[in-house]
Amino acid sequence: MASTTPVTEVHEAPHLEVKHSEITRRRAPFRWSSVRSYLGIVLIVIFCLAPAYWMVVTAFREVGYTFDTTPWPTHVTLDNFKTAFDTSLGNHFGRALVNSVIIGICTTILAVAAGVFAAYALSRLDFPGKFLVLGVILGAAMFPGVALLSPLFQLFTNIHWIGQYQALIIPDISFALPLTVYTLTAFFAEMPWELEESAKVDGATPGQAFRKIILPLAAPGLFTTAILAFIASWNEYLLASELSSDRTQPVTVAIAQFTGNQPHQEPYTAIMAAGTVVCIPLVIMVLILQRRIVAGLTAGGVKG
Amino acid sequence: MSVTPDVQTEEAAQAKAPARRRGRPRSELHPGERRLGLTLILPTIVLLAIVIGYPVVRAIIMSFQKDPGLDPATGLFVTGGNAGFSNYSHWLLEQCKSPSGQVAHCPPGTLGGQFWDSMFVTIFFTICTVVLEVVLGMWMAIVMNRAFTGRALLRASVLVPWAIPTAVTAKLWYFIFAYAGIANHILGTHILWTGGAWASRFAVIIADVWKTTPFIALLILAGLQVIPADVYEAARVDGAGAWQRFTRVTLPLVRPALIVAILFRVLDVLRIYDLPAILTGGGGGTGHATTTLSILVVDQIRQGFNSAAALSTITFLFIFLVAFIFVKFLGANVVQTQQRQQKGAL
Repeated sequence: MASTTPVTEVHEAPHLEVKHSEITRRRAPFRWSSVRSYLGIVLIVIFCLAPAYWMVVTAFREVGYTFDTTPWPTHVTLDNFKTAFDTSLGNHFGRALVNSVIIGICTTILAVAAGVFAAYALSRLDFPGKFLVLGVILGAAMFPGVALLSPLFQLFTNIHWIGQYQALIIPDISFALPLTVYTLTAFFAEMPWELEESAKVDGATPGQAFRKIILPLAAPGLFTTAILAFIASWNEYLLASELSSDRTQPVTVAIAQFTGNQPHQEPYTAIMAAGTVVCIPLVIMVLILQRRIVAGLTAGGVKG
Repeated sequence: MSVTPDVQTEEAAQAKAPARRRGRPRSELHPGERRLGLTLILPTIVLLAIVIGYPVVRAIIMSFQKDPGLDPATGLFVTGGNAGFSNYSHWLLEQCKSPSGQVAHCPPGTLGGQFWDSMFVTIFFTICTVVLEVVLGMWMAIVMNRAFTGRALLRASVLVPWAIPTAVTAKLWYFIFAYAGIANHILGTHILWTGGAWASRFAVIIADVWKTTPFIALLILAGLQVIPADVYEAARVDGAGAWQRFTRVTLPLVRPALIVAILFRVLDVLRIYDLPAILTGGGGGTGHATTTLSILVVDQIRQGFNSAAALSTITFLFIFLVAFIFVKFLGANVVQTQQRQQKGAL
């Protein structure tokens, strides 16, 4: 299991399992179950990657060969990426990318700024109503976004906010903040707080103990949480599709509404190119931070 | 919240708890701790009250008001007024006002007549996807738990479907399920995946299973990894076969993690919007074969806010009811799980 802190890594159970099974495997090197296990791994990797691979292959394929079913790249071209960023057909994919970054960063900063204090209080302090607060935050995480839509749509129409960034950032807080609070609460609960105490015993001021001991230890958890909140906001579609205008629409909406130069003909290759561009930052983040993201996800327990 | 504490073995809990207790004994609690705790919690509570509390209260108020429009009875434009429960009966009993002013069953083709259809579609999606995802996810988690080589590759690949935004996933599967697309090519079929009623429903289910199974697998894996190997060894010594070890050892020990994962998935699919809305244009088949409750709310917003508010309140209460049933009867006590973690951490 991916561990959240160096402390749990020491106690990790799987290490025992590894040793145990290595012994049994050495004893019987040609076990049928290990063949089955490898087959399982191959099947899982194909299951997860094949559709994504198909998107990338199609993104690099000439428009005339959209429905070519050759499994490897053929008729390779970069034209689709040019089409994706082309604004002459009424698509503003480049602007949508910028919008998504703006909305994602603002949402993440607000959610982490408020959430870090709440998570610290929930994991470290005792106060009345603590478990009620936890329950409310968990309930908020499961709240259907559609229940916010009609009142917000009416309100934002009345105060002329439709087509402004705050009309997209504020609703995104509704899922980003609960996600931030419980992911951080889980991270903080795993932190070796006794180090803070011992630093104080050794004569460090509370400020020094916080800066030199707690902050460096909490930074990875904070960073992972911020990434999860950013991904959640980057992927949001329902609220954005109703509350954005052409000027403020994020990539998810831009991709869903992507139009081609011929009516009734879906510009598949250009959409796959746009999809590939949207996924690149996410896949890179995931590949670099996979252990931490898995830890954050299983601690959070909710789809980001 | 967390799944991990629930599945923490006593071993792990024992390893951590004494250290924590030493580090922060209860007697050290400051009297100011309560005030500090409430102060730190305040920004979050205020923000949630603004972004969730206000809209919920507003939606409930709106749901008891009439939508502005032409009154079918008088032919005059009305700007609202108290609607009583008429917005709710409009959905739940599918009652519409006929041009003669009489209350009648909503004619086919109107949104009012689609409530129970979309309720069926939503529940159908929920049952199909959650069953498939849990069974497949369980298998994937077991394979991943056994894997020693290629762990990093496995972890990276299962994160890919999770990381791809649902909107992109929907467009990707829209392309895969195109008439001349790869799905029909591989299967050797000529199915109109996004056109036929049942075909489009299964297209949504398949796409959702692809996107979410890896996530379920990760949650179950986290539960599997804290089961100590000697429990299996003991079962094996006692003569338990592979199937018995699965049903008698793995399942009971992974049950708490599994139930919380299922609860989250169920609540998540009940509000599904992106996939059916983009993959099948919210329609499929006769026009509303994949219309879920969330899609119906969005369609209604264009015709009247107040009626949409009533429908979204019904949706919210329905999801709340399902969560309540889960917690009550299946023992998915999420807060208690958290509580246990808190106690362990003190």
